[in-house]
Amino acid sequence: MDRSSRFHSRGVAPVVALAAAAALTLAGCSSSSGGKKSEEGEAGASAGKATTPRMTVALVTHQSPGDTFWDIVRKGAEAAAAKDNIKLIYSADPNAGNQANLVQNAIDQKVDGIAITLAKPDALKGVVAKAKSANIPVVGLNSGVSDWQKLGLMEFFGQDETVAGEALGKRLNESGAKNAVCVIQEQGNIGLTQRCDGVKKTFSGKLQTLFVDGKDMPSVKSTITAKLSQDKSIDYVVTLGAPFALTAVQSLSDAGSKAKVATFDLNKDLTSAIEQGTIQFAVDQQPYLQGYLAIDSLWLYKNNGNYSGGGEQPVLTGPAFVDKSNVDAVAKFAAKGTR
Amino acid sequence: MSMTQQAAPAVDTPPAPEPKETDGRTSQRSLALRLLARPEVGVFLGAVAVYIFFLISAPPVRDGSSMANILYQSSTLGIVTIPVALLMIGGEFDLSAGVGVITSALTASMISYQLTMNVWIGVLVALIVSLAVGFLNGWLVVKTGLPSFLITLGMFLTLQGVNLAVTKLVTGNVATDDISDMDGFAQAQNIFASSFDIGGVQVKITVFYWLVFAALATWVLLRTKYGNWIFAVGGNKDSARAVGVPVAFTKISLFMLVGVGAWFVGMHQLFSFNTVQSGEGVGIELIYISAAVIGGCLLTGGAGSAIGPVFGAFMFGLVQQGIVYAGWNPDWFKAFLGVMLLGAVLINQWVRRTATRR
Repeated sequence: MDRSSRFHSRGVAPVVALAAAAALTLAGCSSSSGGKKSEEGEAGASAGKATTPRMTVALVTHQSPGDTFWDIVRKGAEAAAAKDNIKLIYSADPNAGNQANLVQNAIDQKVDGIAITLAKPDALKGVVAKAKSANIPVVGLNSGVSDWQKLGLMEFFGQDETVAGEALGKRLNESGAKNAVCVIQEQGNIGLTQRCDGVKKTFSGKLQTLFVDGKDMPSVKSTITAKLSQDKSIDYVVTLGAPFALTAVQSLSDAGSKAKVATFDLNKDLTSAIEQGTIQFAVDQQPYLQGYLAIDSLWLYKNNGNYSGGGEQPVLTGPAFVDKSNVDAVAKFAAKGTR
Repeated sequence: MSMTQQAAPAVDTPPAPEPKETDGRTSQRSLALRLLARPEVGVFLGAVAVYIFFLISAPPVRDGSSMANILYQSSTLGIVTIPVALLMIGGEFDLSAGVGVITSALTASMISYQLTMNVWIGVLVALIVSLAVGFLNGWLVVKTGLPSFLITLGMFLTLQGVNLAVTKLVTGNVATDDISDMDGFAQAQNIFASSFDIGGVQVKITVFYWLVFAALATWVLLRTKYGNWIFAVGGNKDSARAVGVPVAFTKISLFMLVGVGAWFVGMHQLFSFNTVQSGEGVGIELIYISAAVIGGCLLTGGAGSAIGPVFGAFMFGLVQQGIVYAGWNPDWFKAFLGVMLLGAVLINQWVRRTATRR
């Protein structure tokens, strides 16, 4: 005991000293370029605020922590909630059983509406039925375009992943690609698999799939490099998330490959890569729109009884292509982290 | 390595007779057998076997550039595996190392960007943060006497949450902002994430650091007092303390060394990819630990080397990329990885058993 506490004071002192030294030198070490100072302070989309009575809505997704895509969905939902005088309860868990528990939690809180993603529809069947019997309207977003009706959801906002994949496949044909590789960053994720399957359906060249470990970026880079050296005739790399597209560009230069890169989903670094021409195009399913519409729809239903798609058709938010011709219009929104 | 002085008499012994050695002590065994008994030799042979396997089944592996790519992947794992191995020899282990890498990268990026500072300030603060995390891990383990599994599991979960929450709070997004146009970036990139040309092949600088760190760690383990302390606290803490080994200091400093390793790879990731996603790094801690175990470090502490884990990390890089070079059906990817690693460990264990029998 005595020994360790003595060590404690000995160990902390240099750390404190270092921190103090760092703080002192901060003033003289400002960066003359980039950084926060160069960023413009713009507010997000705002459309005033409704005077309708306060309501509470839960958004429960299958997001895994720290994913840029889901962050955009959530921002859209928050923007709608702020406008509609809604208290938004956001929760997420990639494990379907846990996601179902979170929905149950929302039902127990007696919320006025629930928006959910259906990455694993079967696991959520039970809680959706419970929400209905508790008279809580449930809408779907993002995942589950083929299942939302079966589960009795009121409406659905999202992209049909297979349709998006098909659109991308056609685009590859136009570009004259012959041998493409579809890079999946999370093995066993249905939505990602459907995208690659969609591409395969319409693409007239050869399409291979490649699994990478999305939690380890150096590994993603090495694995794409390895694939490009294994098959030198690959002329297009298709990634399923923006960060992976940016890494694929580095793999190309490592492997000395002349292949091109296209991707699903956007973020702000990706828009500048499209501007510079290092990435050809992105399929944008507009996650902000998905979050926004799902929350807004629950407000509309409560206050005016409307439901989009009439309970028969989903509301599609994609596929919207972003390429060099329209990237400028998108880039300023992407810079704020909302596109 | 250091046993050549006994080589001369041993060479005379025929390779595999059925000898009548009733007293099978080390002095009587051949050099080959004694070498095989060393933990790093088993894994070395395992790695050679896997390498030959891929040389045959995956033609691109024969290229120098493919080897550079495999070594790159291995080095980003291997640089953290080395201190993780030392810690394991010292009888503890660290589940927070994988997300610790990301914590460090996020810290450096956000400090530089948000305060619009030269990126070296961020790099320095990140080092302090990583050392502090290591210190806290070690201090809690020493102070409470709880298993490091529990302490570092707590740290793993904490860092995972902090990575996400703080990044979101500070940047408004879950990934950091691009810092590639800031002062000091190019310089830091040269140090942490450049590559150099060896015979027309571009080799990443991390490969070089990896080998240097391994050599350094080997020297520390085998030739310094501190190295003796590591073996002593991992073997038997109480008797180590009884003979005057500063147990608390050794353990805490080992955790801090892991922090340094995580910081180093974190800086590599930041300066190589310009931004960091806050959700990365989960699950990588197990790869560090497996690479150290495959490399001959005991999960119970007290035995191991710094060279063995180099081959352990190499094996991971080799299998992970070799499967892609071979062009196998990727649905089986994880299964291939698991079976090959298990196979390698079994070869490793068999070699050591054969060698230490008698």
